[in-house]
Amino acid sequence: MKHNGKRAFLSGNAAIARGAWEAGVRFASAYPGTPSTEILECCGKYDEIDAQWAVNEKTAMETVIGAAYGGARSICAQKHVGLNVAADPFFTVSYTGINAGLVIVTADDPGMHSSQNEQDNRNYAMMAKMPMFEPSNSQEAKDMTKAAIEISEKYDTPVIIRTTTRVSHSESIVELSERKEGAEREFVKDMAKYCVLPNNARRLHTKVEARQKALAELGCKIEFNKIEKGNPKIGIITSGISYCHAKEVFPEASYLKLGFSYPFPTELIKKFASEVETVIVIEENDPFIETAVKNLGINCIGKDRIPVCGELNPDIIHESLKEFTEKQMPETIKFDGVDIPMRPPVLCPGCPHRGVFYTLRKLNCTVTGDIGCYSLGAFAPHNAIHSIVCMGASVTNALGIEKAMKEKIHGKLVAVMGESTFMHSGMTGLLDTVYNKGRHVTMILDNSITAMTGHQPNPASGKTLKGEPTKALNIENLCKALGVENVHVVDPFDLANVEATLKTALKDEQPSVIITKRPCILLKDYKPKVKLVSINRDKCVKCGVCQKLGCPAIEVNPEDGKTVINQALCVHCGLCAKVCRPGAITQAEEEVK
Amino acid sequence: MTTNILLCGVGGQGTLLASNLLAECAMEAGFDVKKSEIHGMAQRGGSVVSHVRFGEKINSPIIRKGECDILLSFEELESIRWAEYLKQNGLIITNSQHILPMSVSAGNAVYPKNIQEILSSKSLQTIAVDAIGKAKELGNQKCLNVVLIGLLAKKLTMIDEKIWPEMIKRMLPEKLQKLNLEAFKAGWNIA
Repeated sequence: MKHNGKRAFLSGNAAIARGAWEAGVRFASAYPGTPSTEILECCGKYDEIDAQWAVNEKTAMETVIGAAYGGARSICAQKHVGLNVAADPFFTVSYTGINAGLVIVTADDPGMHSSQNEQDNRNYAMMAKMPMFEPSNSQEAKDMTKAAIEISEKYDTPVIIRTTTRVSHSESIVELSERKEGAEREFVKDMAKYCVLPNNARRLHTKVEARQKALAELGCKIEFNKIEKGNPKIGIITSGISYCHAKEVFPEASYLKLGFSYPFPTELIKKFASEVETVIVIEENDPFIETAVKNLGINCIGKDRIPVCGELNPDIIHESLKEFTEKQMPETIKFDGVDIPMRPPVLCPGCPHRGVFYTLRKLNCTVTGDIGCYSLGAFAPHNAIHSIVCMGASVTNALGIEKAMKEKIHGKLVAVMGESTFMHSGMTGLLDTVYNKGRHVTMILDNSITAMTGHQPNPASGKTLKGEPTKALNIENLCKALGVENVHVVDPFDLANVEATLKTALKDEQPSVIITKRPCILLKDYKPKVKLVSINRDKCVKCGVCQKLGCPAIEVNPEDGKTVINQALCVHCGLCAKVCRPGAITQAEEEVK
Repeated sequence: MTTNILLCGVGGQGTLLASNLLAECAMEAGFDVKKSEIHGMAQRGGSVVSHVRFGEKINSPIIRKGECDILLSFEELESIRWAEYLKQNGLIITNSQHILPMSVSAGNAVYPKNIQEILSSKSLQTIAVDAIGKAKELGNQKCLNVVLIGLLAKKLTMIDEKIWPEMIKRMLPEKLQKLNLEAFKAGWNIA
């Protein structure tokens, strides 16, 4: 980490990890998910924090709950949809409370930069009756994490830190402090507190409601909820990154900045509203604060003008509220008539997934997809994935499709997911498929790493987050243990074998699994043997088959329409040579030494 | 006075290191600094952008359209994609390299011709350099990012020129320092 004496330039995620360290946190767990991943990676850099990658968000949440019961200040972090996976223990730990401090980070993704929906997880705080902080920059991210640990122990509650992509991934200057260890907290057997049997849970719920009141009072005096007196004509109530954007457009207005936004500090909101002429609530996605303000009988401007969908920025806020400012929108330069081709993300040259999608399309399969780099298989020119819902859904979606379509789909249906997703929540679905007599093919693309989120080790890697060696799961054996009799392991670069195996598997009258095994081409320690690929352009007949691979290194020369291999990008995986019918593209027999 | 710099390019070109270096130098020079970029899916060969803002006090980490002072572009098509962020008299520094998007390499779209001319026809100032060529001359095309930072640094007179090489030494592992110090100097000497 970039520490420059007492100040450092940190991302929101790195600042949360720093805050956890300074607050004496001893245990951290998470499953990777953009934009939350770096929180655990950064926690792992501190010797005092035992940080680990969990199999999924639910196991992470349950483990940190156990650690907090056991007396270690703890933190877990997940992306917004990850909290859905962890929701079961999440709701109930609100009732039991904690022993040592517990912080739960949810990193939301307004604008869906890397997500499948833009659910606003502030609603989770209300539903679980759990206090919540919303930092607007890295300094606050660190300070609020420390405050969260303190409040957690004082009020016997887990505390939520809710960030968004722009807070998690933006960097700003942070003042650093030293670490302070928490007091020793023995785990005292207390059945009435920790066993949520109905009789206990009824009593615990009453406690939660009383805690809500106490925390709302705290919200009216805590330093993170503050009134900034400015021009009384406009009073802006805001939280998180929206505060930073609003300050750009309305630098002179009055502000009520809610850093500790839930439970709603109702008395503070009423006081602020009474001191200004027009109340405007500026927040991303749902009218979370706005609804609370309106419930107090206060009129306000909000989602009637500011969009619910997408990420906010100063331009959108200015455009939505232009009648409240005399400032003009900045003038921009237009480039009318210039057609700028899009540049969406693509599978890397040498990606082991490429040949799988080529084959699935060639065999005209119906494919249920999953969450990972291989989601890109849905895009042209692959066009090889036909549904994506959530982590692990490929296999169970496929089971549902066969239940609906029966013989009409038999022999065509394939579920595709990565090995990390399989372990996260795909293996339960595979068991479901075996148990309920599904017949589709499940492909597990094993590239030895959780790739999309930036190469985190997983239970099949044989390495922990801290880089220590550990037991590596044998996925083949696991599939067999789940009751799949036909488990095939293939090299995804051996296209002929991938195709032949898939054809055999599709004919099976029972579920089968194909594991494609080859490391992610970007893996640091992976040095594949290189056999040079070249093209004899005289032999190119412009059939376009190599284009169907969707490889960035394969280009069409606009003048003659023939293929060119971009040698700066090519990693010589040889797939194009394997599909080239006229033999224009070839791969050398000899390895480069 | 706030300075707004947008760095854009294609995933894998090293824009992240460049924006880190710029932000750390601005912080060292005593400014408040914020930087914003999107990690994750876009990095797989997609269009990438970093916003770097520094001055006395920075609120939003995002540069407004029409308020960017300098666009540092690692690829020519990306320079025109992000140019609408520039002020009327803004400066574009661009690497003249072309990296074809998939739609273009597959023959389904056309890489716009005369991007330099289109940009120059507006009120913008443009500097196009063969930064990848310079980097190759130095023996490693990966130092293209630091060549461009060298060129940018000369325009940023509010940051003491001594800070840059010091920061390169502080931020990079020893074995990469010599190459990148040379790359910085090569960029500095272009303008």
